[in-house]
Amino acid sequence: MTERIEVRKTWKLYVGGAFVRSESGRTFEVNDATGAFVANAAKASRKDARDAVLAARKGHLAWSAATAYNRGQVLYRVAEMMEGRRAQFVADVRVAEGVDAPSAEQQVDAAIDRMVWYAGWADKLAQVLGTNNPVAGSYFNFTIPAPTGVVAAVAPQHSSLLGLVSVVAPIAVGGNASVVIASAPRPGPAITLTEVLATSDVPAGVVNLLTGDPVEVMPWLAAHADVNALDLTGVDDADLAVALERDAAGTVKRVRRAASTDWEAAPGLGRIRSFLEMKTVWHPMGV
Amino acid sequence: MNTRSAPSGLDARPESLSRFLHGLPGVDEVGVAGRAAGLATRSIKQDSKRWAIDTAISMVDLTTLEGADTPGKVRAICAKAMRPDPTDDSVPRVAAVCVYGDLVAVARETVGDAVHIAAVATAFPSGRASLEVKLHDTRDAVAAGADEIDMVIDRGAFLAGDYDLVYDEIVAVKAACGTAHLKVILETGELRTLDNVRRASWLAMLAGADFIKTSTGKVSPAATPEVTLVMLQAVRDFHVRTGRRIGVKAAGGIRTSKEAIRYLVLVNETVGDAWLTPDLFRFGASSLLNDLLLQRQRMASGHYSGPDYVTID
Repeated sequence: MTERIEVRKTWKLYVGGAFVRSESGRTFEVNDATGAFVANAAKASRKDARDAVLAARKGHLAWSAATAYNRGQVLYRVAEMMEGRRAQFVADVRVAEGVDAPSAEQQVDAAIDRMVWYAGWADKLAQVLGTNNPVAGSYFNFTIPAPTGVVAAVAPQHSSLLGLVSVVAPIAVGGNASVVIASAPRPGPAITLTEVLATSDVPAGVVNLLTGDPVEVMPWLAAHADVNALDLTGVDDADLAVALERDAAGTVKRVRRAASTDWEAAPGLGRIRSFLEMKTVWHPMGV
Repeated sequence: MNTRSAPSGLDARPESLSRFLHGLPGVDEVGVAGRAAGLATRSIKQDSKRWAIDTAISMVDLTTLEGADTPGKVRAICAKAMRPDPTDDSVPRVAAVCVYGDLVAVARETVGDAVHIAAVATAFPSGRASLEVKLHDTRDAVAAGADEIDMVIDRGAFLAGDYDLVYDEIVAVKAACGTAHLKVILETGELRTLDNVRRASWLAMLAGADFIKTSTGKVSPAATPEVTLVMLQAVRDFHVRTGRRIGVKAAGGIRTSKEAIRYLVLVNETVGDAWLTPDLFRFGASSLLNDLLLQRQRMASGHYSGPDYVTID
């Protein structure tokens, strides 16, 4: 029997629901935990980031107009598709992080469970975070959460799947669209996640994933006037984080600061809340 | 065709329009597409890009042609035409505001003499009305203060080969325009072939058009680089033979600065930089202006701007 020719995958960016090469034509080598070559991944440029923001703005329009119930259903569908690709995710995490099979399986299961957990919150946020506010006067008012808009996020550098899902899901569940820069040294599981997203009824542009160097791309996103918030979770360099916060101040963005997080722990609503605007509506009452 | 031959009495009507138009050389569609695609790869950066963006802004015919146009909306786009970016007074004015005939008076009242007012006339966009109605439509718009008239040709007659009818109509409308500039809309999306685009361009120029314009914006495809290139070639050849400079207006479907700059490259490489002026090249557009402003803001501030920083209309 003849030997099969190897079918090698080119790791691409995920922008506007399409798998694209970098506009710059650049790639970088991704190695596994032992330093062995794994694949060439697209190295995003500032123009890829700009295109991703355009796509995210379109995605945000469709996603925020969907009912909360529908968003929950779609995110649950993402979890279903992740479950179907469980073996692939386990292999990806093992290559990326150099962990043994049981440990990788544990991380993948936790990531899928986290997606289910966040999916469940979609149609409960208004009840839990919203309030009814009695005021003096012939008015009643109530406060409801609304999505912030387009969020640029840096995924955790070390937790290649659980950390990524824990950053992407809370942004999406409230109706935001995101431009996410995957872990620079470990983008493998993120590439598989984009294939899951592309087949899960998530509207194009709701999640856009770039691979490459956050130091190069993030300043453009931090200063971009059409980005409404930053999630600096995966920025390990303190100086860069400060510079990005300063850039973001120019257009008064929401910024969630860089933080090291125990991804295994229960996440709470903090991340969801970071990317919601509380909208208060005054309601005249019959006198 | 030997375009270098001496002017051959083209200021007069050719004896047989049909023979003249069908005597024009055929258009090499593949060659035109290749030429347009090749020119689209030109890289325009930094100072050239700044110049191109400002030039493109000054060439925009800011257009609103909806059934739902209100006097308020027309006043709003007039204000935008005079000062496209309220935060930056170095942005040039646009060339003209383009509206339906009944809103010309509102527009003129708002802009004074600061920008031109173009009115679409002659039963725009279909052109399906009697000549009497079309002429009345034209005179009405001119009387209300329009100094540019965008007329549509009778595509039905053109496609049926009745070139004399189309020619006579343009001549009559031109007479009705008086001093107003006449732009003749070929509606290239309905002409089927680039050969027809070339013939219609020549027909309009022979009949006295000051500008030839690609489209109404109501038919898809509207302006494309290919048809614009063919029209520019016709304008160049007409200039060589008669010494008259005819303008070109690319209208509809041009939404980004990048596309607009590609059109400027087409103009420069086909007819030369004498045409890089609002008097001889225009963009018919509404959303294009916002993208030009966003690019301008991006170059001035060093960071990407967003749609929250320009007006919606």
